[in-house]
Amino acid sequence: MHELSIVASVVDTVTESLAAYKGARVVEVRLRVGALASVVVDSLEFCWGIATEGTALEGAKLVVKTLPVVMHCEKCGRDVELEGVQSFRCPNCGEPCGDLRQGRELEIDSIEIDEVEEAV
Amino acid sequence: MTTRIVELRRGILKKNDELAAGLRASYTAAGVLVLNLVSSPGTGKTAFLERTLRELLAHGSRAAALVGDLETDNDARRLAASGAPVRQINTHGICHLDAEMIGRHLDGWNLGELDYLFIENVGNLVCPSSYDLGEKIRVVLLSVTEGEDKPLKYPTMFNSADAAVITKMDIAEPCGFDRELALRNINEIRPGILIFETSAKTGAGMQEWLGYLAAERGVL
Repeated sequence: MHELSIVASVVDTVTESLAAYKGARVVEVRLRVGALASVVVDSLEFCWGIATEGTALEGAKLVVKTLPVVMHCEKCGRDVELEGVQSFRCPNCGEPCGDLRQGRELEIDSIEIDEVEEAV
Repeated sequence: MTTRIVELRRGILKKNDELAAGLRASYTAAGVLVLNLVSSPGTGKTAFLERTLRELLAHGSRAAALVGDLETDNDARRLAASGAPVRQINTHGICHLDAEMIGRHLDGWNLGELDYLFIENVGNLVCPSSYDLGEKIRVVLLSVTEGEDKPLKYPTMFNSADAAVITKMDIAEPCGFDRELALRNINEIRPGILIFETSAKTGAGMQEWLGYLAAERGVL
C-alpha cells in the first residue's frame, strides 16, 4: 500500500544522482527487492508511470529483481535458500532457522543512462 | 550519445533508516527501552498498552507512549488516563509510522526521564514492517479472534518481530481458538520467538510480560 511513496523515493534518489550527469536521460532503473520487503512488484510498476511523469525519469523502464529469502542453517553450517515464505526451516534438514541473511532488501541497484555529448 | 550504467546500491528507505539510526542512538544514550507495537486493526493493542502502562506506573516505572492512527485522538485519550505522558500521531491516510514522524512527536520530551517508551503503530500488518522507528523491540500482537493462520498470511511482519503477544485470551474458548496451532504457526515463521499469552481484561500473562520488559530494560 506504500508502493507510491517507495517509487517517489526512488525518483528522488535517482534525480539526485543525476546531478553528476548533466542532461542525461534515464533509460532503465534496476531495483533489488527481497521476498520479505513487503512490496508488491505489480504495484511498483503501476505507480512508476505516475511518479516519473514530468521528471528526468519519464519514459525510463523499471526492472525489479526479486531476491529469495536466504537463511543460515546452523545444523548444516551454511546458507540455504527458502522456496517461499511460509516456513522458515532448512530445506535440507528441516531445522527451524532464525538467522536471516537475505530477503529484506529494498534498494536501487543501478541505473542505465544516455549521456548527451556536450554541444561545441 | 553514450550509454552508461551507474551503480547506485542505495537503500530506497535510506532516509528513514538514517533517521531511525539517529533515534536509536538517542534512545540508547537516554537509557530508555523503546518498543514498536504492530498488529491488525482491532487486535487490542490499545487495551494491552493501557494495562501495561497502568501496571508499570503502579510499580514506579516511568513510561510514555506515542500512538499512531489515521484520524482521531481517541487512543491517546484512553492511554493518557493511565497517567503516562501520551501523544497522538495522526497520519491522515498514511498506512504506517515512520522515523520522521516519531522524531517530530518526541520534540520537547526528555527521554532521560523515561524507562520505557511504547510506540503503538497504525493497525496494519503490511507496511509498518518496512519502517524502522529505531525501536529495540518490535512486538507483533495477534488476538484469539483473528484466525490462527495470521502469521502465515503476513510472514514479513511476523518474521521481523522480536516478541509476539496473543491478546484476548479470556475469550479464547468461546472463539474456538486453537492455541497449539497458533503457537505452531508463529514458530514456523519466526522460530524461537518469545510468545506471551495475555488478557488485558483479566491480567493473565501480564506478569510474564512485565518481567520481560524489566529484563530487557536492565540490559540496555
